[in-house]
Amino acid sequence: MTGAQIIFIVVALYTLGSALMVVTTRNLIHAALWLVSTLFGVAVTYALMNANFIAVVQVVVYIGAIAILFIFAVMLTRKDMRDSGPQMNKNWWLGALVAVLVFAGLAFMLSGWSGFSKVAADLPSGFDSVSLLGEALVSPQAYVLPFEVASVLLLAALVGAVYVAFNRK
Amino acid sequence: MVPLSWYLTLAAALFSIGLFGVLVRRNAVAILLGVELMLNAVNINLVAFWRYSDALTSMGGQVFAIIVFAVAAAEVSVGLALVISAYRRRNTVIADELDMLKW
Amino acid sequence: MDWTMWVEWIVKGFVLCLILLTGFAYLTWYERRALARIQVRVGPNRAGYQGLLQPIADAVKLIFKEELTPGHVYKVVFILAPVLTVVPSLVLAAVVPLGTSFNLFGREITLYVADVNVGILYLTSIASIAVYGIVLAGWSSNNKYAMLGGIRSSAQMISYELTLGLSFVTAIILGNSMNMIDIVNEQRGLWFVVIQPVGALIFWIATLAEVNRAPFDMPEAEQELTAGYHAEYSGMKFALFFMAEYQKMIVISMILATLFFGGYLGPFVDQVPLLGPVYLFAKVIILLFGMIWVRATWPRIRYDRLMSFGWKILLPLSLAIAFITATGILLADVLNNQLFFWSIPVVSIIALLVAVAFIYRDLRRKSHGRI
Repeated sequence: MTGAQIIFIVVALYTLGSALMVVTTRNLIHAALWLVSTLFGVAVTYALMNANFIAVVQVVVYIGAIAILFIFAVMLTRKDMRDSGPQMNKNWWLGALVAVLVFAGLAFMLSGWSGFSKVAADLPSGFDSVSLLGEALVSPQAYVLPFEVASVLLLAALVGAVYVAFNRK
Repeated sequence: MVPLSWYLTLAAALFSIGLFGVLVRRNAVAILLGVELMLNAVNINLVAFWRYSDALTSMGGQVFAIIVFAVAAAEVSVGLALVISAYRRRNTVIADELDMLKW
Repeated sequence: MDWTMWVEWIVKGFVLCLILLTGFAYLTWYERRALARIQVRVGPNRAGYQGLLQPIADAVKLIFKEELTPGHVYKVVFILAPVLTVVPSLVLAAVVPLGTSFNLFGREITLYVADVNVGILYLTSIASIAVYGIVLAGWSSNNKYAMLGGIRSSAQMISYELTLGLSFVTAIILGNSMNMIDIVNEQRGLWFVVIQPVGALIFWIATLAEVNRAPFDMPEAEQELTAGYHAEYSGMKFALFFMAEYQKMIVISMILATLFFGGYLGPFVDQVPLLGPVYLFAKVIILLFGMIWVRATWPRIRYDRLMSFGWKILLPLSLAIAFITATGILLADVLNNQLFFWSIPVVSIIALLVAVAFIYRDLRRKSHGRI
């Protein structure tokens, strides 16, 4: 058991624990805060994989924008501060069964794959993934088309969200 | 060094938890929270495959993780706009109670 | 990774926190004195020479005040919120370089806490965490004015964050790096404010909105929302919100000085590295005076105009600025003609004038009742 492995286990348990709280907490604001905690754990996971840029973008986009939107939505869609009534539907055991089956199926399928317990090659010192990523995003040989399509998607989502949520008098 | 299998197991567990949330929660906002967890699990997989297979030659995994970020942002903004719009008309965000096709 | 390195890091972090904390205390004194000057008053001048002991007296008063926690609040979140506001304002300063490096007992000590290769993104990510403190304070107070203040404030901060990010992009393009140390080194010949004055101006306006300063201090508009998100807070918890606001003012002035005003650069800074922090400090004091001056002279903007200013004027303008900067550098590079490089400030100022013309037209229409 090396130091990196211990750190990974701590981070993974923290992430999964927060994720469980997200789906089981009764109070929705608390669920949104647990989501923030989960997202933070995932950001640390990215940092463990030397993907610094993705880790920071995770904090900016997910924690800074998406989770705030959730908190807004929770605040705007309730009549009082309490959460009354059951938060889960009556078939919750069926859902749990499906989730466990999906996990078991995924684990079974992956364990049969030859590259399952692959170990990563060490990155050379001074490896700058940020500039490589920037070049890959805008180079015509690489991913400029998906990048542009994503920007069009964001614009469409922006217009659509404003249109849908707009309060017509 | 952490083997790839650990990351994949973490992602699978996170995905299953998110799936559970989507299947059992009654509040529409909580369902969207579950969807976010599933998207994050996918992103962990993408970055892990980038790191463990071709970190030096290609940036494909990270690029697609960024595109998933964009998709998640779009999905959340439109989804929450729909939820707020539905709340305005029906005064509820419980998914079971939004069962009329037209109102 | 020997132990002296850890000691160095801890000492540097500690010193930085101390600088920010005392800076906060004396910034309140500075602001009150400067405001008083502008309003032809005297300001606090009783405690100590020229009132220099006033911050200490204030601190003692706040510490000994009774701490009320109203009965109807959500306890955990209520206590968490001020902490979530203060901590980002402290850790923001970690990536700002205070100077180059100097030798102490044969050991090279660098004058920055962290050398992060995505330094600017780090700043935006920490700034985005700061929204939580305010929105949670508003929500957990269980009070409709506090809640309105919290929602207003977070909507405002998220909207202006886009502009802030785009003006960061301008500095990144000019500095050709996301590392703040590299950006400062790029400015050895020329400060970026000369090349991109409009970018610096937009950055400054957006940061005023980010730290909820006048004229964008809607969240705590006393006249309409009692005190906004911190209506239910008292004693030390209230002081923490206050502290966060002033520390953010200092840190953001440091960032503005670093990105556009040459940071720690100045005459003889290479020979005497300890001059670096002094230059940065002087620049920060001048920029802070700008913020105080604005507070003394400008009325508060109405909330709907604040939002439309952010989305309809500042965001398109900052997009145009980023585009102009990138195009100018690309053309100067490809055609090998410095003239294109110098077209950046000219075209940006034209863009700024167009934006001002739009604001003018809009206000005139409104005042004539033809909307």
